[in-house]
Amino acid sequence: MNAHSHTDTPRHADRVGYALVSPYVVFFLLFVGYPLIFSFVLMFHRWNIVTPMEWIGLRNFERLLGDPLFYASITNTFIFLFVHIPLQLAAALGIAVLLNMNVRFRGFFRTLYFLPVVVSGVVVTILWQQLYAYDAGLLNRLMTALGAARIPWLVNPDIAMGSIAIMATWKNVGIYIVLFLAGLQNIPSELYESASLDGASPAARFFRITLPMLNPTVVVVLVLSTIGGFSLFIEPYVLTGGGPMQSTLSGVLYIYYQAFNFGHMGYAATLGFVLAVLVFAVVVLQRKSVETEGTV
Amino acid sequence: MKRGLLYAVLIAGAVVFAYPFLWMFASSLKPEAEIGGFGLWSSSAGFHNYAEVFSRIPIGRALFNSILTSTISTTSVIVFGSMVGYALARLNFRGRDGLYYLILFTMMVPFQVTLIPQYVLMVALGITDTYLAIVAPTLLSAFSIVLFRQFFRGIPQAFIDAARIDGCSEWTILRRIILPMARPVVVTVAILTFMTSWNEVLWPLIVVRERSLMTMPQLVTLFTIGGESEALLGLQLAAATLLALPIIVGYSFFQRSFIESMASAGIKG
Repeated sequence: MNAHSHTDTPRHADRVGYALVSPYVVFFLLFVGYPLIFSFVLMFHRWNIVTPMEWIGLRNFERLLGDPLFYASITNTFIFLFVHIPLQLAAALGIAVLLNMNVRFRGFFRTLYFLPVVVSGVVVTILWQQLYAYDAGLLNRLMTALGAARIPWLVNPDIAMGSIAIMATWKNVGIYIVLFLAGLQNIPSELYESASLDGASPAARFFRITLPMLNPTVVVVLVLSTIGGFSLFIEPYVLTGGGPMQSTLSGVLYIYYQAFNFGHMGYAATLGFVLAVLVFAVVVLQRKSVETEGTV
Repeated sequence: MKRGLLYAVLIAGAVVFAYPFLWMFASSLKPEAEIGGFGLWSSSAGFHNYAEVFSRIPIGRALFNSILTSTISTTSVIVFGSMVGYALARLNFRGRDGLYYLILFTMMVPFQVTLIPQYVLMVALGITDTYLAIVAPTLLSAFSIVLFRQFFRGIPQAFIDAARIDGCSEWTILRRIILPMARPVVVTVAILTFMTSWNEVLWPLIVVRERSLMTMPQLVTLFTIGGESEALLGLQLAAATLLALPIIVGYSFFQRSFIESMASAGIKG
C-alpha cells in the first residue's frame, strides 16, 4: 500500500507499528476480548458477584425459555419497531423531500429538526413525560382543546410502547433527514428529466426513481432503528419503569433489573447474549429482504 | 400558493421540534402552579426552581464530573485513536490487516453482551465508584480508529517521506505533520466522543453509587425518578434544562460540524 523508506528495517517497522497500536490491543483485551469470553463463562453459572460462582450448566437458558418477562421484553421491542420504523421512514423521507425542494432557509430548518438528536435522551424523556401526562400534559390539553378525548399515552398498556416509539421518532428523525437529504442530492437530475419526457407522473417518478435510488439510506435507517429499539433503556426507565403491566419493559431494562436489582449476573449475561443474537439475526434478515445491490 | 403550503408545513415542523424545548425552558422559570399551559410567558418568572435544584442535589459537582469525564474520554480517543489509525494507515507491520479486521468486527458486537462482564471487570479491579470506572470503556473507540485510518490514508506519502528524511520519528510525524492536516476528522471524532460521553447514562448508573461522583445525566435521572424532586415539575424541568444547556450552546456554535459528524456516524451502519 504505502512505499516504505528503505532506511527502515522490517523489524524496526514492526516494532514502531506494534508500539503505536498497543493502546488498542490493551483496550481490546480489557473491554472486548475479556468481556466476550467472560460472558460466555457467566452464562453457565449462577452468581451474585459476592459469593463464589456456581456452575449450573444450561439452567439459565432453560429459565430464559420459560420466562414470561423475557418474552414480554422481546414482544415489546417488536411492538416498538413496528411503530417506530414506518413512522421514522415516512417522517424522515417526507421532510427530506420537502427540504430538497429548493427551500430558502434550508439550513435553519435542518438545524431545528436536528436539535433533539444532540440533546441527551434523559432530557427528552423528562420533557415528554410532561407532554404525555394524562391530566395536565400538553398533548392531552391539545386533545381536549380540539374537542377530542384524552389519550392514556403512558398509562394504557396497549399504547404505552407506541407512545415511546413516537417519542424516539421525534428524537432521532433529524439524523435520518440529513442522511436522506444527502441521498436525494446524489440522484442525477437527468434521471428525472428523461422520466418526465417519457410522461411519468410525479408519483411514478418517486416510486420508480427516488425510492430505489435511496435504497442504501433506507437500509441504514432500518438497521440503526432496529439497533436502537433493542437498546432502549433510559426511556422506559424514567417514564414507566417498564410498566404498566410490563408493557414497556425493554430488553436492556430487564437485563439491568436482573443484574442490579436482583444480583442475577449469570442470568443477566444470558439475556444479554440472547438479545445480541436476536439483534444480529433481525438486522441480517432486514438486509437480506430490503437491500438491493447494484441499483446505484 | 404551492410554495406557501410548503413553508407552512416546514414551519409547523420547526414548531414541533423546537417548541417543546422552549416550553421546557419557559416552564422551568415559572412557579409550580403556573406550569402546564401552552404559554411561554409568566409575570412571576424567576430562577427559584434552579436555586431549589442546586440546594437539593450536588448538580454543580455533577456538572464538573461530566465535563471532566467527557474531556478525558475525548482527549484519550483523539490521542490513542490517531496513533492506532496512523499505524494502520501508514506503517507496514505483520498482523496489520488482521488487526484492522478485528477492529471492524468489534464494531458489530452489541453492547448487550459486554455490559455485564465490563461491570464485573470494574468490580474485580476494585474501581467502582471512581472516575476511572466511568471513563474506562470509553478511552478508545473502534469507530474513531476507522475514521482516523480512512483520513490518514488520503495524505500524500511525500509529506511523510520528507519528514522521515529529516529524521523525524513516527510519533513526531503524527503529531507535527499528520494531525495538523487532519483537523476535520479530529473535529468529527471530538464532537462524537464528547456528545456520546456527555449523554451516556446507563454505564454511570451501573458503576457509580456515590453521589459526589455522579455525572449530570445520571444525577438528573435519579433526581427525577427518585423522591427528591417530590414530583415537582418545575424542579425536574430546571434540572433537565441544566443538563441540556451545555450541548445546546455547543450545538448553536458548531451546528454544521455536529450535523456532519452525526451523519458520518450514521453512515457506518
